[in-house]
Amino acid sequence: MRTILYLIRKEFLQIFRNKFISKAIFGVPIVQMLLLVPAVTFEIKHVKLCIIDNDLSSESRGLISKLEGSTFFKVTFSTFSENEANNLLHKSKFDMILNIPSGFGENLGTGKAGKLVVSVDAINASTAQLSWAYLSGVIRDYNMNILSENINSVPVLPVPQIMVTNRYWYNEMLNYKHYMLPGILTLLVTVIGFLLAGLNMVREKEVGTIEQLNVTPVRKHQLIIAKMVPFIIIGLIDLSLGLIIGKIFFNIPFVGSIALLFMCAFIFLIAVLGLALFISTFSGTQQQFMFIAFFCMIIFMLMSGLFTPYESMPGWAQDLNMINPVAYLMKINRMVMLKGSTIHDVSREIISLIVIAVCSTSLAVRRYRKTA
Amino acid sequence: MKRFLGFVKKEFLHIFRDYRTLFIIFGIPVAQILIFGFAVSTDIKNAGVAFLDLSKDETTQKLTDKIISSGFFKRTENLISYNEIEDIFRKGKTKEVIIFEKDFARKLLNEGKASISIIADGSEPNTATLVTNYTMAIISDFNADISGIRSNNSMLIQPEVKMFYNPELKSQHMFVPGVITMILILICALMTSVTITREKEFGTMEVLLVSPLRPIQIILGKVVPYFLLSIVNVILILVLSWLVFGLSVKGSIVLLLAESMLYIMLSLSVGILISTVSGNMQQAIFISLVGMMLPTILLSGFIYPIENMPKVYGVISYLLPPRYFITIIKSVMIKGTGFLYVWKETLVLLSMTILFIAISVRKFKVRLE
Amino acid sequence: MDNRVIIVKNLIKKFGTFVANDNLSFDVFKGEIFGFLGANGAGKTTAIRILSGLSSPTSGEVIVAGVDASKKPEEIKKQIGYMSQKFSLYEDLTIKENIMLYGGIYGMSKSLIKERTDNLLEKLNFQDYGNKLIADLPLGLRQKLAFSIAVFHEPKIVFLDEPTGGVDPITRRQFWEMIYETSARGITVFVTTHYMDEAEYCDRISIMSEGKIVALDTPENLKKLYNAATVEDVFIKIARPVNN
Repeated sequence: MRTILYLIRKEFLQIFRNKFISKAIFGVPIVQMLLLVPAVTFEIKHVKLCIIDNDLSSESRGLISKLEGSTFFKVTFSTFSENEANNLLHKSKFDMILNIPSGFGENLGTGKAGKLVVSVDAINASTAQLSWAYLSGVIRDYNMNILSENINSVPVLPVPQIMVTNRYWYNEMLNYKHYMLPGILTLLVTVIGFLLAGLNMVREKEVGTIEQLNVTPVRKHQLIIAKMVPFIIIGLIDLSLGLIIGKIFFNIPFVGSIALLFMCAFIFLIAVLGLALFISTFSGTQQQFMFIAFFCMIIFMLMSGLFTPYESMPGWAQDLNMINPVAYLMKINRMVMLKGSTIHDVSREIISLIVIAVCSTSLAVRRYRKTA
Repeated sequence: MKRFLGFVKKEFLHIFRDYRTLFIIFGIPVAQILIFGFAVSTDIKNAGVAFLDLSKDETTQKLTDKIISSGFFKRTENLISYNEIEDIFRKGKTKEVIIFEKDFARKLLNEGKASISIIADGSEPNTATLVTNYTMAIISDFNADISGIRSNNSMLIQPEVKMFYNPELKSQHMFVPGVITMILILICALMTSVTITREKEFGTMEVLLVSPLRPIQIILGKVVPYFLLSIVNVILILVLSWLVFGLSVKGSIVLLLAESMLYIMLSLSVGILISTVSGNMQQAIFISLVGMMLPTILLSGFIYPIENMPKVYGVISYLLPPRYFITIIKSVMIKGTGFLYVWKETLVLLSMTILFIAISVRKFKVRLE
Repeated sequence: MDNRVIIVKNLIKKFGTFVANDNLSFDVFKGEIFGFLGANGAGKTTAIRILSGLSSPTSGEVIVAGVDASKKPEEIKKQIGYMSQKFSLYEDLTIKENIMLYGGIYGMSKSLIKERTDNLLEKLNFQDYGNKLIADLPLGLRQKLAFSIAVFHEPKIVFLDEPTGGVDPITRRQFWEMIYETSARGITVFVTTHYMDEAEYCDRISIMSEGKIVALDTPENLKKLYNAATVEDVFIKIARPVNN
């Protein structure tokens, strides 16, 4: 036991004597959170629309003014030339073209169908679909208005209108920051902890100081624990810093139990650092470790559910995610912070994290060789 | 010149002997393509939805069926009362609750108006908006159907939609350019910054500096092997995207490769610049990886469109090389445009490259003195 | 009473097909200074790493301080000290911090550590510099420190792998005085070196060449046997250089 304490002491001395690292482990998360959190949003503020109105009827003008009045769309350009419009679409000057051919109003007036052509820049498929859904919704609305005003068609019964209202719980204003901050915080804590612990271990191998430890009676598990503890502590401090920043600068609510969150973060860090140390046993040089770490972290990050919804993943991918500690912590983070979930609600995630933590740490200890 | 080539050859051998790193350098893009291609997307599939049907009539039943059979949703629960909502949200499986008011069908028939409330779990805003919008679209469709039956199906506006550049609405079109951009700059900056600081840390830099090689030769010599590796990487990604998703280069492949080479040069010079301010490998790795990874993913326009960010970020993104390259790739690869459309971005990348290399060489010279 | 602290019989160590230690057999007695000579690449470091439990033998019997090295390497480590060829003190820690770490690992009490640290610093004439970083110290002093830390816990045997590499002759002399002192305290010293003149300081030496032991005796006996003036001459006569 004393041995572990001596080893931990040595680790801390080395970390804080390193001028760069001692500043970076706290500075980088702070800076990145302040910088990145406000930037990220999936909201589409304005879809830039180009109108080609070759009809110039009251019907076409009615539709256009409805679009102009909508907060979702912004009519930024109008022209009579399809070529010009397409050219500018190529240059990404706007997102959509609404082409009202001549005869539109007339057709509607004589009871025929009024055709329109909508061209959408679909490189970003989901934004395109969303914009199209909105546009067709507006068109349908406008269509309803025309139908109900029109004296020619006299329906026996009133035209049915389903009124939909929607609300977002836990985040009324749908403030993306509430969602991004825990996410970015988790990613930063993961990357920093993973890299530091792993590089540290590999460095001792590269320089040769690990040999001096290997020749002492120190036990493998003592070495591994001593390599993990300092970075667990640093990770938890980073977490606290992040939460404080979230509260002060971004007014992120914290509904649930802080103790629960920290306990989960603690288990998470053991899982991640254990994994880092396990990987370090495969790496002869810091460069090798860095690449393997990069590989793992990118995969964890992309599959974690932060950038893309967890529900959209196919079954096999969701299964793979069972060994992704980052995915679990993201979920726990959000659920506890924003919804106030209790330990029962996140029990599945906690158990999974514990399993990963135990496995990765024991693998690390088993693979570590004091005698080559 | 011969000395220089000898140096380059040594660097090559170094790299190729390290199988593990080599495997990863090519493995990362492959893995990313596969993940983006198959594992993640921004479509909704199997989102958990719970119904609170206070009416339980034929219309609500039909609408419920329509929603569930759309393939986007998965029914989690049928709720009895409003009080249950908080609980199921906290459990986490349900993303949305749809509430039909009492006497839905009757109200719709007689008064022409009936209400639905959609409550979405706002703790995941992306999912919440997507889920809400999909639901609204389905309801809107349903509405159009039943009203179409009522009126004489005439006087309908029929919009026809053309999805440009990506008619099948595949998400790869957005992701593959982003993947290329992100991987290249991160891997290149990492590789060069680490290989140079390694010499610094283990003391072999002095040996190089007193050799007949000039500083610029040392820098270029270290960089050339990675340049070639990265080009192979780009080709690998393009071939894979074509094989796996059928995503082909719409514009000129030559132009695309030329721009890629420029971007690679730029990324490598970022690494060189980082190495001039790093004392050892740990620092270099920290700056290149931790410092650059998240900003590159989040601020370059890769996943989150720059136009939606607060104005400040628009300005900041002008300083980020990835932003320009993503524009170039999207233009050339997906839209199929020519050089005339991307000359501005190309010029910026070129200037940045020259600037970074110039600064690095100066710093190197300072070190010598 | 068997006063052999190291017993080696038919030790073979292979790395793939390369035989680094080819059928070594020798004994080391308690309290002696045993020198392991040979050119670079002869297999000295490989052997010493097996003896100190850092590496396991491919075959053969290796018993160190009464413990079987192939079965219980960890037991050996409780009773030995080791100084590696690569400098392995922590450069970003101070002298005192390095000592404290290893003293603590070997289970010494705080007071004992403090007492011995003060003695050590006095011996090295470095009393006021206990808080200097290793990185700031000259090479010679670093080597002496590494050695002192290797014997700080008064082990039964201390293994020194090329301890005087790159150091000036005066410091080498001082180093060997420290070794004598250690030996006088009853600690067995097992030292490898490629400096042939250092062989004269040992009680017995063994000369290795290309993985095999080609000579094993006191320096005087070897000189007589091969009619040589110095151990270096003996070496030239019997050992072929590794790289021709």
